[in-house]
Amino acid sequence: MTSSKLDNKVPSGDLYAKWDKHKFESKLVNPANKRKFTVIVVGTGLAGGSAAATLAELGYNVHAFCIQDTPRRAHSIAAQGGINGAKNYQNDGDSIKRLFYDTIKGGDYRSREANVYRLAQVSNNIIDQMVAQGVPFAREYGGLLDNRSFGGSQVSRTFYARGQTGQQLLLGAYSGMMKMVNKGKIKMFSRREMMDLVVVNNQARGIITRNLVTGELERHVADAVLLCTGGYGNVFFLSTNAMASNVTAAWRSHKRGAYMANPCFTQIHPTCIPVHGDYQSKLTLMSESLRNDGRVWVPKKQGETRKPEDIPDEDRDYYLERIYPSFGNLAPRDVSSRQAKYRCDEGLGVGSTKMAVYLDFRDAIKRDGANTIAGKYGNLFEMYERIVGEDPYKTPMMIYPAVHYTMGGLWVDYNLQSTIPGLHVLGEANFSDHGANRLGASALMQGLADGYFVIPYTLSNYLASNKIDKITTDHDAFKEAESRVKLADDKLFGLKGKRSVDDFHKALGHYMWEEVGMARSEAGLKKAITGIRKLKEEFWQDVNVPGVAGEYNFELHKANRVADFLELGELMALDALERNESCGGHFREEYQTSDGEAVRNDENFCHVAAWEWSGEKAAPIRHVEELKFENVQLATRSYK
Amino acid sequence: MSDATANMTIYLKVWRQASATAEGKFVDYKVDQVSPDMSFLEMFDVLNDQLVKKGESPIAFDHDCREGICGMCSMMINGKAHGGQKGTTTCQLHMRKFKSGDAIVVEPWRAKAFPLVKDLVVDRSAFDNIIQAGGFISAQTGNAPDANANLIPKTVADEAMDAAACIGCGACVASCPNGSAMLFMGAKISQLALLPQGQPEAPRRALNMVKTHDELLFGNCTNHAECEATCPKEIGLEHIARMNREYTKATFTYHEKVRGEGAG
Repeated sequence: MTSSKLDNKVPSGDLYAKWDKHKFESKLVNPANKRKFTVIVVGTGLAGGSAAATLAELGYNVHAFCIQDTPRRAHSIAAQGGINGAKNYQNDGDSIKRLFYDTIKGGDYRSREANVYRLAQVSNNIIDQMVAQGVPFAREYGGLLDNRSFGGSQVSRTFYARGQTGQQLLLGAYSGMMKMVNKGKIKMFSRREMMDLVVVNNQARGIITRNLVTGELERHVADAVLLCTGGYGNVFFLSTNAMASNVTAAWRSHKRGAYMANPCFTQIHPTCIPVHGDYQSKLTLMSESLRNDGRVWVPKKQGETRKPEDIPDEDRDYYLERIYPSFGNLAPRDVSSRQAKYRCDEGLGVGSTKMAVYLDFRDAIKRDGANTIAGKYGNLFEMYERIVGEDPYKTPMMIYPAVHYTMGGLWVDYNLQSTIPGLHVLGEANFSDHGANRLGASALMQGLADGYFVIPYTLSNYLASNKIDKITTDHDAFKEAESRVKLADDKLFGLKGKRSVDDFHKALGHYMWEEVGMARSEAGLKKAITGIRKLKEEFWQDVNVPGVAGEYNFELHKANRVADFLELGELMALDALERNESCGGHFREEYQTSDGEAVRNDENFCHVAAWEWSGEKAAPIRHVEELKFENVQLATRSYK
Repeated sequence: MSDATANMTIYLKVWRQASATAEGKFVDYKVDQVSPDMSFLEMFDVLNDQLVKKGESPIAFDHDCREGICGMCSMMINGKAHGGQKGTTTCQLHMRKFKSGDAIVVEPWRAKAFPLVKDLVVDRSAFDNIIQAGGFISAQTGNAPDANANLIPKTVADEAMDAAACIGCGACVASCPNGSAMLFMGAKISQLALLPQGQPEAPRRALNMVKTHDELLFGNCTNHAECEATCPKEIGLEHIARMNREYTKATFTYHEKVRGEGAG
């Protein structure tokens, strides 16, 4: 169903000039009037932090909300490897157009050309801005910025700060926020969770939050709402996301009318520390940058009993180098993950669970010396040793794919506005730039692009072009939204069931990983949908939430999040079932070549699937935004 | 990876306190079936899951990324912030560092400037207040100069990065007999003082941040170096030294005269 609501508002004209044209045509709010507007920013990661700081600098009143005790802890902080920028400092053939092309191709031709081109254009401004803010990026002895390579590209365009790039960028955005808190332009609300969106006259006008310490529900009114709440990878229970990362803000906005786009597009990152027990709470990523120097391999024969360091080269299968000679160990994430799965499925996996492959630094250490390797990856090697108890300088790391990022998210137009006017969605929470697979070092770039350089223009245009009535939190819509939240809380407390919230979350995660993970099939997806529906029913009969609402009640927080994950999980499976093709991170077993590569169906699926919520009892409606490629030719991705 | 056999028994003595104003006390718990491959927080998850199933209130503790970078976890374990393993946060501390039968005492951060919220959770918003006083470079979003316009020697960038690695967990404050935040604050002042971009605001930054630090009831530094010993990011005392130099320099040389800008 093609919907008029899905007008992507992409400006006409030449791809290279669209953004400049759009900026010029966007209406402005004059400096004296900006202080009359209040903007709610939910989430303070790279997207939310940069948006909050920048809008406050422009003169808007910003109310910013974060789930942690301080905005500096948002999960952008955990990004390790780096941020892309098309600076071409290395003189190796990079350009805005090449970054655009790599990102479109990496996303397997399922993203919007105009958005991706804009992303590549502003990538350079981001690097400049972050350096100006004091981010200590890695440098050469001559004082110039250093770069490294990431998967899916043949140039070195990734800027990095040791293995802590996300942390340093986030602290940059956070420091900008703190500056504006000090100036009184940002009011910071920490330890708050958004529980519902308030829509008045078809405009997003506020939110209901829970104060996580006192348990109190609060109402906040504004002229526009920005969701910068990250991805929903924790629907899998085990992922590289932080414990508090969740879908609740996005999902409840979806229930108020925001369409959810391509929810099945999930990124499974190839290099994570493997699962080691039932009690495990999360998975830890080992940066993709390690694949610059580490070589991925498995033993050639099943049942290999020798220690990895004792296995000679002739008995090792460096399978990425063998299958993809031109990209080798730097094949994109979806491709590398799937190949690791195949090796383990073939019985060639290593370690106690046989669900791991080796990432070996032996040759790099021999070539460059242990000190050079330590300079590049020392902190990652230490982290690995702390978790696993083995020394990667002496024995290869063991890695396995894990859920890491969600390309899907709330549908937005070119202005980052959802299908609810006034509700804008930034960063990982939206769907727009990465198609069916995100390239490494592009998440940080997109979060900051949206917050620093896109939303300041498009939000001003929204505020200047729309009539926004004066209302207060006494409006009926606030009362209704608050009582919806309270009703759900009361229901949860009243169940007094026998199973913990985590039991349900783990059961959901199992369905998601087995059937909606790296390889999907019609039968498996149908099984997942039936299973998740049943699980949802059981949840609302048998979950146990101890305590009361008016206190610091972590089980209540988790119960609400898992309730939403159960609904999202079903939609992800449905989206995957309806998309009869393989593309990027979405791999349907029915659609593959004889050597296991993805087969896209451009004729029928070169589109965005945007789902409309139609109530608890009714099936969601699938809308379609056709993707038009005018500047790149659709081709089969090849990294061989 | 050692073979994950859940075979350890751990005896915990955990500080329980319902709210900031309630009276607190130690409560004993026995946790069976602890695997050496579990993280310290996963051991708490197992205990909390048991408490929930018994209908008891789980132990509140702060945690988020569980990979040692967000700085949210914060337990005083056997009197040591984050448990005392060099360069390690509580979430990265693994049970293989303990023996079956060990008794472990777990308390919240205790400092005047970090009021208790519940059980092991404290309020560290004073750290945000210190950064608000000057822990930034005022570079408005827009047309920043080209990123390579300023050459910064690798050694300087590396040293700035050492300081910037601070995760704001508060272990330094909790470990300091004076409850001082000089390592936290010194790390930020030092990072920005090392970089050319940080120069224009350097004196103002040092004066305002130190003033705010003192107003927030953090104590002074008397060179115990407990902060350096427990910092999970191994940030060194030299950053406190650089802060002191910046502060002293600013005290003698920096004066802000308020002048009207005049109508144009």
